[in-house]
Amino acid sequence: MDFLRPDTLAEALTLKAQRPDAVPIAGGTDVMVELNFDHRRPAALLDLTRIAELRSWDADDGTVRIGAGVPYTRIIEELGERLPGLAMASRTVGSPQIRNRGTVGGNLGAASPAGDTHPVLLAAGATVEAASTRGTRLIPATDFYLGVKRHALEPDELITAVRVPATRAPQQFSKVGTRNAMVIAVCSFAVALHPAQNRVGAAVGSAAPTPRRASAAEEFLSAELTSTNQWESPKPLLDSVKRRFGELVAEAASPIDDVRGSAAYRKHALSVLARRTLGWAWQDYSGKVA
Amino acid sequence: MRVNVTVNGEPRQADDVWEGESLLFLLRERLGLPGSKNACEQGECGSCTVYLDNTPVCSCLVAAGQVQDREVRTVEGLADGDRLDPVQEAFVEAGAVQCGFCTPGLVVAAHDLLDRVPQPSDPEIREALAGNLCRCTGYEKILDAVRLAATRKAAPQESGNR
Repeated sequence: MDFLRPDTLAEALTLKAQRPDAVPIAGGTDVMVELNFDHRRPAALLDLTRIAELRSWDADDGTVRIGAGVPYTRIIEELGERLPGLAMASRTVGSPQIRNRGTVGGNLGAASPAGDTHPVLLAAGATVEAASTRGTRLIPATDFYLGVKRHALEPDELITAVRVPATRAPQQFSKVGTRNAMVIAVCSFAVALHPAQNRVGAAVGSAAPTPRRASAAEEFLSAELTSTNQWESPKPLLDSVKRRFGELVAEAASPIDDVRGSAAYRKHALSVLARRTLGWAWQDYSGKVA
Repeated sequence: MRVNVTVNGEPRQADDVWEGESLLFLLRERLGLPGSKNACEQGECGSCTVYLDNTPVCSCLVAAGQVQDREVRTVEGLADGDRLDPVQEAFVEAGAVQCGFCTPGLVVAAHDLLDRVPQPSDPEIREALAGNLCRCTGYEKILDAVRLAATRKAAPQESGNR
């Protein structure tokens, strides 16, 4: 095995072009588990932790660009106001030690259906920045996840950043697990209000081969809120609306039975999570508009 | 491969390090520092917690090659010579140790917490130690130890009266 240790992004991209079989490693919270348990023997590891460009974030034009190497701890501490949903999901990742190392870039690279940040990235309308020696391209999160642990990157590409629209509108994330820390989601859900576009974003995690948007639920709720003029003058949501939203979210999922939970449980839990998180987000929004 | 790293303030060097090896293996098997414990090897238990550039991490999830030119501080590096760190003293006095396997990781995690938050609330202590599993104590004595260490550090003159 080779251990490749680039100091700059340009060097890393050159190495990845030469060695498409090299596995990128940053926080190591997924890659090292596979190595420790002999589940994976890559021909090379490409260490990204020495690359300063990947460890910063910046904000302009209403978008926050988070370098792929920014750990969850910094997202929680530094971006909670601009990206409330992503910060919320980041708080639920692993433990302090894991959050000190793990990154959104790594969450995307692993592309596990259970990854905590995926539902938020989908609901918020994030874009993944992928780079190679051929150039940089932007992949909408909606097009990024292709299958269980499969994503849209080419073999010579690295994830350099994720771009998330900054917002003052409410976002919520919730996940089900056996306790509060160190939990792989049984299922998870994120909702993001987009009042400027009269639209709601909603997505499920750990309940299908990929994280996925709940499009029918998004359309139902967006139409309901817009047709009743509630973006301008919000009123308490009818139970029937919240319930229907939850049902449509559950219908968006295609979960399996596994050690963490049954498919039926996941669907039920998702409808509850959707109803609750929408209630919290809407209450927050109503307070802000009033 | 060769790895050069500063451990507990001293420059160290290891040769023939396997590229897929963890920092934990490097510390325990090559550098003779068995304080950090090897249990789950997947970041679940926190027994291998060390400081990497002053940030607590699970050393089982850091590739050895990633610590080249960096600074690691292990549980062995917390005491000042023969004088235990106040967190270590508090663990002894509060009876926060039973089998002792989780203790090094908990000590490092608690040490970091008190550096950042000198007077933590109980929820803050629980949150800071959420990544460290203990299967003996039920955690109550561990929480006592962290509270005791916080009190001691706030009023160091009291430790002379014991």
